[in-house]
Amino acid sequence: MSDVILKVENISKQYRLGLVGTGTLSDDMKKWWYQIRGKENPFLKVGEVNDRSVQGSSDYVWALQDINFEVQRGEVLGIIGKNGAGKSTLLKLLSRITTPTTGVIKTKGRISSLLEVGTGFHPELTGRENIYLNGAILGMTKSEIRSKEEEIIDFSGCDRYIDTPVKRYSSGMRVRLAFAVAAFLEPDILIVDEVLAVGDIEFQKKAIGKMQDISQGHGRTVLFVSHNMSSVESLCTAGMVLNNGRIGFMGSTQDAVNFYITNRKKSTNNYLEFNDKLNDFVEIHSIGVNKTKDDIFSDEDINIEICLTLLKDTDKRVDVATAIYNESDQLITNVGTGMMKDAVVESVKGVKQCINISIKKPQLNEGIYNILLRVIENRANAPKLKIEEIILFHVKKSIGHNKVYSKVKGFLSPEINCNRIQ
Amino acid sequence: MKFDHKEEWLYTISAKRKLININFKEIWRYRDLLVLLVRRDVVTVYKQTVLGPLWYLIQPLFTAITFTLIFNKVANIDTGSIPPFLFNLAGISIWNYFRDCLNSTSDTFKSNAGIFSKVYFPRIIIPISVVISNLLKLGIQLFILLVFYMYYLYAGYDLHPDKLLLFFPVLVILMGLMGLGLGMIISSLVTKYRDLKYLVSFGVQLLMYTSAVMYPMSLISKKLPDFAWIVDYNPLAYIIEGARYMILGEGDFSTNGLLYTAGCTIAIAFLGIVIFNRTERSFVDTI
Repeated sequence: MSDVILKVENISKQYRLGLVGTGTLSDDMKKWWYQIRGKENPFLKVGEVNDRSVQGSSDYVWALQDINFEVQRGEVLGIIGKNGAGKSTLLKLLSRITTPTTGVIKTKGRISSLLEVGTGFHPELTGRENIYLNGAILGMTKSEIRSKEEEIIDFSGCDRYIDTPVKRYSSGMRVRLAFAVAAFLEPDILIVDEVLAVGDIEFQKKAIGKMQDISQGHGRTVLFVSHNMSSVESLCTAGMVLNNGRIGFMGSTQDAVNFYITNRKKSTNNYLEFNDKLNDFVEIHSIGVNKTKDDIFSDEDINIEICLTLLKDTDKRVDVATAIYNESDQLITNVGTGMMKDAVVESVKGVKQCINISIKKPQLNEGIYNILLRVIENRANAPKLKIEEIILFHVKKSIGHNKVYSKVKGFLSPEINCNRIQ
Repeated sequence: MKFDHKEEWLYTISAKRKLININFKEIWRYRDLLVLLVRRDVVTVYKQTVLGPLWYLIQPLFTAITFTLIFNKVANIDTGSIPPFLFNLAGISIWNYFRDCLNSTSDTFKSNAGIFSKVYFPRIIIPISVVISNLLKLGIQLFILLVFYMYYLYAGYDLHPDKLLLFFPVLVILMGLMGLGLGMIISSLVTKYRDLKYLVSFGVQLLMYTSAVMYPMSLISKKLPDFAWIVDYNPLAYIIEGARYMILGEGDFSTNGLLYTAGCTIAIAFLGIVIFNRTERSFVDTI
């Protein structure tokens, strides 16, 4: 017999946008008036699908809509989705921080999450005192904490400072200690948000390793949120894809990951044209990545071509920067005209210019990449224009590379040659 | 065989509202947190300042001196056989406990938004821990009261605590519950409508003047019979008056008044829990 530990039925969550003001009071009155007469809340009908980039007409949006799923005991469920797809809202509902607008969540076990790192630390208390306080906030009893105290201190690497007030800790140490406490929780259902791995690189590795250990642990039920497809593939036994607040796909891990990737592939394009004026400093007409060809291969140069017109007179230097991110939202490189000694973009108003940024044989691994475009005036920090994910492009592995293995792990798919030299 | 799964769920999170939805088992499970929070409050109070707990003495002492000068020396309020200073100090000590409980619980949601938006635990633990840790302050102030009591006794004043003093803890509990209840109501409303926070500090001040802190209740019906009902209907006045009777043996002890107070306290505490319960479910979205 299947053993369902968590059951989510028809969960929806509506948020009200904008400021709290007198409008809130009148809406509240209206809601209350409807409630008295036994009618349905009128604002449940007006919500819109949560798409941040589109200007909506309603003040109410649905962050999650009609979510239904079940989790079996011992299952490791991977939850994937773009930023803003509703992952965090779902986690918030599951961990009881806020309640759904409609629907029911039923659970047979206690849910804790690894996302609340360092909440409730008091600067005047010592590290040891804070372990107890923080542990209790996260739901451990005193005796549970006492039995794990040594392990926690050991994992945090703060032995020497453990009886010093936390206010004298460096921010890194504080984070380590906080994570250590959270990592030794033993709830029935654990929510792990890998996106929030913290600290320096060494500790991040340790933290992710610990998260993975927990997820693989014996029969523990885990909800695992990550942008990293390879760790989802290796850890999870089932997968769920969220898309604009709805479940896009639910099924085996491999299918979920494929669904997510192909879904993104659909929106990849070598060349995009824009008609809208985005701001009053510069107008972007088009952007292309190797636009004359259909496919981009690992061993090719990448040529990013941006056509733009300055809309304002400026006597300062104008630069265009493109940052390339991979599927896991990790920065691959950030290059632009600002790296050249002389200005490339001419500082004249009203003339259409096309800029080509050429990256020589970056040997990117196969996958989907997106570009963050920035237009910068006078090399200042704050860009005049910034567009995230302006274009997504698909890099394919070159034929002739790495003849034996079909897939290489990591950022690069370099051309390699191995010889026996002795 | 068929199992009915509905009975097995540990808990359910749903959009439906119940009038009152308190899981006492859960609160009991978090008792260690309550203890640790109280301990944190008590320990950190000492750690923060040079004078430390001395501040707890300075504030009531100076308030009592000011009240004595203004209300007794200038305005000639009669405190019977009790030295005015002691009369005021007793009233202020009790009143301060109520004021502190109300003040510190009334911004529960706002000042704990950081924790509340990241981790779940029964929210009510926080205001309860505050009310308990404020007992320390009350204890210190009662100790001062005792010191001056001894001094006046030594100086030859006729002071005799009533045997009802045994029930003093009941008054403290009523005072705490009242502060907790009002504080929870205010803290819940403040999450959405910040206007209320301006009302609180001002309202507490006004409330003090109608709670018989610096005058005996009998005096108000003698001098201001038209307004005596304000004090008569104020449940806090009976606690202050009752406490003074227990400690100093002067004034009126009204059993009916205290029963009325107990009724009000329970009603307010209940209302506070209901409203708090409603707010805690989704305040994260509005704060």
